[in-house]
Amino acid sequence: MLTSFRRIIQSGWLSFRRQGGLSLATIFIMTMTIACVSSLFFLQQTSQFLVSSLQEKVDMSVYFTEASLENEILGIKNEIASLPEVKSIDYVSREEALDKFTQRHQDDEVIMESLSEIGVNPLLASLNVRAWEASQYESIVSFLNSASFSPLIDKIDYSQKKPAIERFSSITSTINWVGIILSVIFAAVAVLVAFNTVRLAIYNSKEEIETMRLVGASNWFIRGPFLVQGVVVGVFATLITLLLFVVTLLFLSPKFEILAPGLNLFSFFVGNFFLILLIQLAAGVGLGVLSSWIAIRRYLRV
Amino acid sequence: MITFQNVTKIYRSGFKPITALSNVSFEIKPKEFVSIVGRSGAGKTTLLKILLAEEKPTQGIVLFEGQNVHQIRPEKLPYFRRELGAVFQDYKLLPCKTTFENVSYIMEVMGCTDAEIENDVPKVLEIVGLTDRADNFPEELSGGERQRAALARALIHRPQIILADEPTGNLDPYHTQEIIRLLMKVHEMGTTVILATHNKDIIDALGKRVITLEEGKIIRDEERGRFLL
Repeated sequence: MLTSFRRIIQSGWLSFRRQGGLSLATIFIMTMTIACVSSLFFLQQTSQFLVSSLQEKVDMSVYFTEASLENEILGIKNEIASLPEVKSIDYVSREEALDKFTQRHQDDEVIMESLSEIGVNPLLASLNVRAWEASQYESIVSFLNSASFSPLIDKIDYSQKKPAIERFSSITSTINWVGIILSVIFAAVAVLVAFNTVRLAIYNSKEEIETMRLVGASNWFIRGPFLVQGVVVGVFATLITLLLFVVTLLFLSPKFEILAPGLNLFSFFVGNFFLILLIQLAAGVGLGVLSSWIAIRRYLRV
Repeated sequence: MITFQNVTKIYRSGFKPITALSNVSFEIKPKEFVSIVGRSGAGKTTLLKILLAEEKPTQGIVLFEGQNVHQIRPEKLPYFRRELGAVFQDYKLLPCKTTFENVSYIMEVMGCTDAEIENDVPKVLEIVGLTDRADNFPEELSGGERQRAALARALIHRPQIILADEPTGNLDPYHTQEIIRLLMKVHEMGTTVILATHNKDIIDALGKRVITLEEGKIIRDEERGRFLL
């Protein structure tokens, strides 16, 4: 049993070495497949990062009339905060609003002069609401409009931001959908190409397999070395892909960071090294072994 | 030991079915030396393929020690085939293995120890005169060398029966004599030999049982036969 196992592994490794050209070609195809699958993983991470960082920037302000009192507004704040759609809510008093305003425009003389001309604080107290998702603002607005405290509300700036938020919301879901569809198509193409390469490689050994059957080898003794070859090809392809990714990300990561600040693909790669290694190994070895298994089946019927 | 009962084999490909064997019946006793002769296309190879369960007969049955060869389950088939040693017309050597590995393959399959392999394979290679070619791949061998390698593989595990399909087809007269002497020796040691050939000299010199096939039918089956077509 143990001897057979050793012989199967030895034989697989020998065939791998002796069919150098074929092994190399298979490794090449397998490397491309694994690279393709792992790029999808990175692409998904990147788009998720972009979507969530854009989502962070979207919010909605609810302004209250001058007559409303602070504790009334704070009461309303608690009421809104209890909505499931609300991620966070901040109260900005009239004074804080004025401070922020003057800070932002302190260099603009015209504005500062006209502000002192008015004499009183023209700004309103507001609640800054953030939803979990862009599509949820609509329902928060309708809640606000129908609430008992709606007379206290001066205006909601949602209607001004609405087109932008809606467009963003649709872009987000489009990105997600396109991402999923592209991933599925790419993955399917890559898997099919790899599978067919292995199939052709085994077709090459068709007569060999039949001969092995005719001289009395058991199916496991025949299949084993091919599966070992599949594993070896998968492992080599994984190592090459890893190396390619380390080099590529090391050079490209700084450029990506300019495009999307805060996104460091290389540190993401290092941080998820084992997960990525696992995905690649599973893709490489799994594909190699599975394709060999399926391809060899038909020749074992002699 | 081996019984063919009304075996017919019809290949259906293209427009016209080809009848390779037609209602063939005979029996081979243990330790017999049987030659099967006939022109090319007479059905010799088909007969051996059916015996090896490489092909299924269209009609009839083949018994080996009372068991129907074509009802052996696929997972049990290897064990049946290990009882036989086959020399194929087209050699069927494994191209990615050296001569040594081709011969030792069946021993590896049967689970022999490394020591047994190291001991037996060189001996058999010496018998067939391939000691110098042990580390060469089949494509580096001449036709005759391949044929002898194939014979070495068929002998190595001391099977009960040897099926030899044109084992001298590519050999010069000197090596032909060697191979036949070898088959005779194996036969004397108690192995059943089934030899398919169209070499008149061999058959006439052997003086053993001869089954003559013509267009898939047995036209003669003689105890001390001669090559007559």
